[in-house]
Amino acid sequence: MADATTKSVLTSPVFKNNPIALQVLGICSALAVTTSMSVSLVMTLAVIFVCAFSNLFVSLIRNHIPSSIRIIVQMTIIASLVIVVDQILKAYAYEMSKQLSVFVGLIITNCIIMGRAEGFAMQNSPKMSFIDGIGNGIGYGLILMIVGFFRELFGSGSVFGFTVLQPVQDGGWYVPNGLLLLPPSAFFIIGLIIWVLRSMNPEQIEENEFKMKHNTEPKEAV
Amino acid sequence: MEHYLSLFVASVFVENLALAFFLGMCTFLAVSKKVSAAFGLGIAVIVVLTISVPVNNVIFNVLLAEGALSWTGISGAENIDLSFLGLLSYIGVIAALVQILEMFLDKYVPVLYNALGVFLPLITVNCAILGGVLFMVERNYNFGESVVYGLGSGVGWALAITALAGIREKLKYSDVPGSLQGLGITFITVGLMSLGFMSFSGIQL
Repeated sequence: MADATTKSVLTSPVFKNNPIALQVLGICSALAVTTSMSVSLVMTLAVIFVCAFSNLFVSLIRNHIPSSIRIIVQMTIIASLVIVVDQILKAYAYEMSKQLSVFVGLIITNCIIMGRAEGFAMQNSPKMSFIDGIGNGIGYGLILMIVGFFRELFGSGSVFGFTVLQPVQDGGWYVPNGLLLLPPSAFFIIGLIIWVLRSMNPEQIEENEFKMKHNTEPKEAV
Repeated sequence: MEHYLSLFVASVFVENLALAFFLGMCTFLAVSKKVSAAFGLGIAVIVVLTISVPVNNVIFNVLLAEGALSWTGISGAENIDLSFLGLLSYIGVIAALVQILEMFLDKYVPVLYNALGVFLPLITVNCAILGGVLFMVERNYNFGESVVYGLGSGVGWALAITALAGIREKLKYSDVPGSLQGLGITFITVGLMSLGFMSFSGIQL
């Protein structure tokens, strides 16, 4: 990354190199919080905060960490930041922290944050690392918001809690699709997003490891 | 006894960590290409969860919970609430446990150590472990319950990853649309499995 400009560091993880859709990192804690958009937004902000600051701090002390214990050091930094987020949420948005339940804590084991700290912040200047953290957080949040949008719109007929499609039980016409509020739908939506993204970027398609051989003896094909 | 049995069944099937709470997804998707590897990882997760959930339960109840330090006899200790340090100590305990387990297996049970191979260190960053611990704390399980919950959720996770690996081994022979290949179709498969596991919900013993 010799010619990395601020802009490319910020935007490439959002579109070209999206951590969830292309590198498949950090889906662990992502899917369960996407039943409504406001919850996804809070989760996104938390991840952007933790990712940016963990990158910043790791980068600041990158020349002083002995490489044999760097994972533990990174883990401690990330865990402390997550505790800060958790305490703030508990103090100022208690309802929201109840809804997110254990998933705020699970940001610690989110592979995106660990991966960026190890892969980017250990080699780059604090400023760049901070921006890279924000970019990756946004890239993560983008997918989260897309999934959240579909699940909330079709699952309960609203966006950010505002009713868009009037559900039947309130005298409207839309019959909410309950499946979208259940866990399996998140898998389907992510699978479909990956399908769309890979159709647009064919170089991302995985090689078929077990390609079937064409039938070379036509008389046996009958 | 019945209570423990019902908790066990609930943690294996109804509240399956992988399929109902999406925990441990990264390794779940990455290591499910072959049944043998998936099974090895599953066993490792069962072992680590069964040990780390009860250990963290003790740590929480003896050191971190509000008023837990009153056994020290220091005046004012019953007002100390260290539960905000929870996350930091759980992840530390898990990392240390995995390390100790690795050294122990290397010395005394080399067969198992070789079978588990690289999976043991990977488990530290598996969200299923931390998730299991956090659920245990949130639901206020006592020591006995935490043992059963740790074992049950480990078995559930191992069951899910082994089943997915079995499906993916068969999936090799099917003709999947190009851009859906690999990851995409795996997500859809997991979605269908998760739908299947939802039929267990409501089971009570």
